[in-house]
Amino acid sequence: MSDHSDHPSYLGHHYDTVEQQFDSGKLGMWLFLATEILLFAGLFCAYAIYRKNHPEVFIYAHQFLDKNLGGINTLVLITSSFTMAMAVRMAQLGKKQATAGLLALTLLGGVGFLGIKAVEYEHKWKHGLLWGTKYRDQDAEHGTPGEHGGEHGTEGETAPGEHSLRLSLPGVEIAHAAEDAGHGAAGNEATSGEAAANGTEHAADGTEHSASGDATMSEGAAAEGAQMDASADESGEPAPIVGGEAMPHSGLAKGASQPQGMAAPAEAGEGHGTGHKPSNVHIFFGIYFLMTGLHGLHVIAGMGAISWVLIRTLRGDFSAEYSTPVDLVGLYWHLVDLVWIYLFPLLYLIH
Amino acid sequence: MTTTTYDGHAEEKNYLNAKPGIWSWLTTLDHKRIGVMYLISILFAFFLGGMLALLVRTELLTPGKTIVDADTYNQLFTLHGAIMIFLFIIPGIPAAIGNFVLPLMLGAKDVAFPRLNLLSWYLWITGAVFAIVSMVVGAVDTGWTFYTPYSTQTSTQVINMTMGVFILGFSSIFTGLNFVVTIHKLRPAGMTWWRMPLMLWGLYATAIIQVLATPVLGITLLLLVAERALGVGIFDPSLGGDPLLYQHFFWFYSHPAVYIMILPAMGVISELISVHSRKTIFGYHAIALSSVAIAAFSFIVWGHHMFTAMSPMGNMIFSALTFSVSIPSAVKTFNWLATLYRGHIRLNAPMLYALAFIFLFGIGGLTGLFLGALATDIHLHDTYFIVAHFHYVMFGGTVIAFLGGIHHWWPKMFGRMYNENLARIACLLIFLGFNFTFFTQFILGTMGMPRRYYDYIDTFATLHQFSTMGSYIMAVGFFLTAGYLIHSLVAGERAVENPWGAATLEWRTASPPIEHNFHETPDANYPYDYSVNRYNPETGNYDYIGPSRVDDHGHAVGFHGAESTT
Repeated sequence: MSDHSDHPSYLGHHYDTVEQQFDSGKLGMWLFLATEILLFAGLFCAYAIYRKNHPEVFIYAHQFLDKNLGGINTLVLITSSFTMAMAVRMAQLGKKQATAGLLALTLLGGVGFLGIKAVEYEHKWKHGLLWGTKYRDQDAEHGTPGEHGGEHGTEGETAPGEHSLRLSLPGVEIAHAAEDAGHGAAGNEATSGEAAANGTEHAADGTEHSASGDATMSEGAAAEGAQMDASADESGEPAPIVGGEAMPHSGLAKGASQPQGMAAPAEAGEGHGTGHKPSNVHIFFGIYFLMTGLHGLHVIAGMGAISWVLIRTLRGDFSAEYSTPVDLVGLYWHLVDLVWIYLFPLLYLIH
Repeated sequence: MTTTTYDGHAEEKNYLNAKPGIWSWLTTLDHKRIGVMYLISILFAFFLGGMLALLVRTELLTPGKTIVDADTYNQLFTLHGAIMIFLFIIPGIPAAIGNFVLPLMLGAKDVAFPRLNLLSWYLWITGAVFAIVSMVVGAVDTGWTFYTPYSTQTSTQVINMTMGVFILGFSSIFTGLNFVVTIHKLRPAGMTWWRMPLMLWGLYATAIIQVLATPVLGITLLLLVAERALGVGIFDPSLGGDPLLYQHFFWFYSHPAVYIMILPAMGVISELISVHSRKTIFGYHAIALSSVAIAAFSFIVWGHHMFTAMSPMGNMIFSALTFSVSIPSAVKTFNWLATLYRGHIRLNAPMLYALAFIFLFGIGGLTGLFLGALATDIHLHDTYFIVAHFHYVMFGGTVIAFLGGIHHWWPKMFGRMYNENLARIACLLIFLGFNFTFFTQFILGTMGMPRRYYDYIDTFATLHQFSTMGSYIMAVGFFLTAGYLIHSLVAGERAVENPWGAATLEWRTASPPIEHNFHETPDANYPYDYSVNRYNPETGNYDYIGPSRVDDHGHAVGFHGAESTT
């Protein structure tokens, strides 16, 4: 590009000094990160609006997410951010081997993250826990849970822990079946246990309502517990619940205090009229898949960028004087990490 | 003209002929060439959008069917809007003129990221291909705003079009990002913030909005695509979604986008007014900062697009914020008028366009207040009044400034002078045609003619015909412009280095500039200090003589305002 002999090959012809080029690259990358955050901001906005308007959907639906896998993935990404930061440092010191090794480790972290994410997606795909039109209603799928809500109306005041065991006959059986099956399943205990807890609490809540003759309640939790049981029954898998191990849980108060569902009466397959899970649960999964999906694309893009600087490192393009691309890719990878650190609690750890 | 003999060659290579062949253009990293490629591309889009506009106006010549059926009409006005906005006006001044002049005005060799710059052009081309393919296989009929829920239901090519706009958005982001970094990091020593020409302040404010607003459009359109392709349901009321959310998202970008369109135009006008009235700009700091203020305000007024769908409190807040945008806009207008006062006004084409801008933008801006006021908006919203208002701002503002800018920088870009008299006639035709077309629509709007309607009652027929005739006059003006500009490329008089006597740095290199812009980085002076030049009657050039304050020949140069230096 340039005829100037004092211009190193890595210095663009239009820059005067290496510092100027580095500063420009840094500023450019920060601006780009700002645009990335704004890209996600639309989804965070959508999340905030729908959660504000329909909290019950989020509280109900998040139970189907696997906190363990999400937590592991968080650790994986944070670790990869650390190895990335180390790689940047090593690149600045001009240590080629160390840089390459750390970059490879970071790449491995990305692969691990996507692998675990794939397991989670696959699970949801199998159960139809999807967005909008693709969402398969768990009730319609799995038998006829509709009647359960009314059957044990007198048990409304029971402590939640005992509750699932005292459910009417089908429920008990299912709960036990699920318990048996559940222990063999991959790492679902915590989520499932909690899901069941919420389910039973909601059941208690719902039965209370039905006992008092409130047929129009929209919270509808009785069937929720029951229907989840039913789902476990049919599929022979723990699905998101493992019955029996329920523990007292603060979710009860919350669930009970927010009975306003979206209550779209036209929802196909949900018109049992007996109070059940909130309608439009698929909104949560729509947001979940959009946010994690867009994040996943960014992970892939980040891995592409890391591979590129890895190749350049191995090729010997970088030195203690010049390692700007490693630096910039590092910034990008930290952003990918940071977005996940917000996504994890917002989607998985809802109270 | 020392530069042409710098290396002892009689005729030095310039950026246009430095490297031969089409391939050297398609792979160029030179901001000037990328600017020219952008210019050609967006002019093609402008031609396309203009033809669609003529078809729309022709259809409206008579009530009922004139040339096309109602569905086709919906597609025509949608494509006219989408192409004009996303393919022409948004990239128009920043990517075409801005790319060319920004590094030159700054005294830099290029933009900060030349490859990103080229990428942004290719993204524009990709986006344009998407948009044009969607035209061929089933043109969108949603209006350029793609409002849900209709846009999720229509059978036309919404995905194709929105993907195109999404890609164009990234083209715009990359241009903006490049400009922000260039202005921050590539200013040579001596080019302080307060020595930057106002064009650069305009481009800087624009670039900030491009970077901060466009991603939101990106995610909005992705959501729309997800909605159509996957059935996500975020905007679909039958799935529990909220269609109004789409409008909030859309206008959170698209209102700032209006300022992406107008701010660089204001930058251009600031240059034209000062240079062609041979007088230092009045209120330099006020104009510079009002650009930034408009950029800041632009983010908090989007709600005024939904006055009929929000709470009264929300409406009042957005109405008040909307009014407040008029303050920095008026600051600019009055400063331009004060600059003209007692200036040595040259009524050449750039100045005529600048004057037209002030007039038309004044009408466009003031009618915006009618719409920002809640009570009148109830009557006027979704009528031709809106159509007229935004055409006065977008066309009367941005396109007129674009034309003025093209004429002003044409000698620098291509090293040729155009035919000044034909340019004046064309400007007059466009100005008259524009007012015939759109002032009529203010009247139609207040009478109750709704926008986007295919048919209308007989009462409106005369005014509609008047409006259509105006659009034909404009078309004649544009074809005339295209004619003499193309003619000038082959047969125009050779341009000197500084034919206008401007004091900004792009006029201190050859016309057209050499590949690396300057042989030596020029010293930055206050960009509106005209005493740095002296007219040379033999060459017709304004020779640079340095920032001497003494004018020993009694020329009408060097009018120093109170703030002529930093």
